[in-house]
Amino acid sequence: MEQAVCDINHLAECLVQSGVNRDLANLLLSLGGAVLVATVPLVTVLFLILTERKVAARVQDRLGPNRVGPFGLLQSVADAVKMLTKEDITPNGADKFIYNLAPIISFASVILIWAVIPFTPLHIGADLSIGILYFVAVASIGTVKIMIAGWSSNNKYALLGAFRTIAQLLSYEVPMVLALLVPVMIAGTMSMQEMVQVQGGMWFLFMAPVAAVMFFIANLAETGRAPFDLLEAESEIIAGYNIEYSGFKWGMFMAGEFIHAFTACLLAAVIFLGGWWGPGVEQVPVLGFLYLGLKTAVVYLLALVIRSTVPRVRIDQLMTLNWKWLVPISVGNVMITAFLLQVVKLLGLQPQSGDLLAALPQTIILLLGNLVLVAIVVQALRNQGRAQRLADEAAKHDDEQTAIVAVGD
Amino acid sequence: MLEFNASTVAFVVFSLFSLGGALGVVTTRNLVHATLYLILSLFGAAGFFVLLSAPFIAAVQVLVYIGAIAILIVFAVMLTRSMTRLRELYNRQWILSGVVAGALFILLMVGVILPVWGVNGSQVGRPISDVVLGTVDLGVALVDKEQYVLPFEVASLLLTAAMIGAIVIARDDRE
Repeated sequence: MEQAVCDINHLAECLVQSGVNRDLANLLLSLGGAVLVATVPLVTVLFLILTERKVAARVQDRLGPNRVGPFGLLQSVADAVKMLTKEDITPNGADKFIYNLAPIISFASVILIWAVIPFTPLHIGADLSIGILYFVAVASIGTVKIMIAGWSSNNKYALLGAFRTIAQLLSYEVPMVLALLVPVMIAGTMSMQEMVQVQGGMWFLFMAPVAAVMFFIANLAETGRAPFDLLEAESEIIAGYNIEYSGFKWGMFMAGEFIHAFTACLLAAVIFLGGWWGPGVEQVPVLGFLYLGLKTAVVYLLALVIRSTVPRVRIDQLMTLNWKWLVPISVGNVMITAFLLQVVKLLGLQPQSGDLLAALPQTIILLLGNLVLVAIVVQALRNQGRAQRLADEAAKHDDEQTAIVAVGD
Repeated sequence: MLEFNASTVAFVVFSLFSLGGALGVVTTRNLVHATLYLILSLFGAAGFFVLLSAPFIAAVQVLVYIGAIAILIVFAVMLTRSMTRLRELYNRQWILSGVVAGALFILLMVGVILPVWGVNGSQVGRPISDVVLGTVDLGVALVDKEQYVLPFEVASLLLTAAMIGAIVIARDDRE
């Protein structure tokens, strides 16, 4: 047998020649790849926290962290070290095993999503045929981690925060899944990689803008970010489900939350903004990292600005928004898209090749369908606003009448 | 005899998850621990589906069953008197239920495993069918009028009825 070069590029061969079983060598390399994919978000989170603090500071007319390192770049490192040195507290009466398990599940449930994200045409953890469904399934584990963290802490605020989670996360899963159904229908696949490839001609943002907005809003709620941060509303329940956690366990919850918010934006970029598509990406696939990063950054900045500018909603507003607006709109969107896709098919207008011109007819038809939906929603909003105004005026009128009667007496 | 390879190891691990978790559910005296054991057990079942090359069913298993565990914990908190150190016996007919469950289990074993394995394991190792079906076939089967569209629609009707029932019960009649 010919002696292969034993370097980093031929790791599997190298291991086999060192006397390792081939299956075992492949398994080891798969594990190495998994560790690599999982490390990326871990490193990213340090800078995400800094970005978030900087953006929030700018919105509030402050400078933000700028002392540690150039532009405050090392602030998160300092914070992480501080967190490691803090005392690790486990409250009396806590369910110790579950209490320690919750931060791990919290982090893992988010990292698992990264396995199916296509970074470039070549680089993807695992191109599952059910990639989208995998994401939804893994994301649904998120409710469990908050519930067991809240319960095992043996603290009423923590439990209240956890109960709010059930209402919020489960409700917003419905419009999120329905919004994801639209790109799945257009692409005709649930595989993430194929879904990006289909967007070569036209991003799904232009074919399904309503679904994109739905996905964005639902994900803001799913990640528990302002204005939907009811599960840790500081002014109401102090810190919510993670109130008893300290030191690095608390850090894991926080890091998990930051990565989840970023991952949601990453998914929005992959599913609606064409993922790694960009000029020259077919010749130099590694450019995909750059394009995907840029697209994600745009979505993430939008989420950050919303977070630092919009006040928190009440629980009844949260439920009204979801069940009376988002869910009916998503269902309507799915029906309209399904109908229009059949129309496109009957007319023979579905894109044959992956360029802009071929995708144009389908895009125009779907866009028109979305515009009709938006028009209906705007009209419904106007009607509701008018009814509200009339009710307010009537109430005001009644008050005045009562006042006059009172004076007359 | 079973070959020793990666999927055998995975099968053993998932079996331990599935059976151990199920045992934990019925033996622990802490309701939250019971729900967590249930997660373990259901996860093991999801693993079996992956081993059977049915990733769609596996993902649905995780989504529908494990995703709903949080609600189960809420039910446990709301509907039981105490969550931990359960002492009372809530159900006096547990022996009867045990016998019925055991009989059903044996029925399933005989009805499902026997035709596959054959008498004395004569058919072990032989594939049941040469046809390999994927997720697309599953989707087509559910909406094909020759296949499962009727059961599918009946199931959805049942769920709608359950949902309407829940709304009627929970509704405030004063309005």
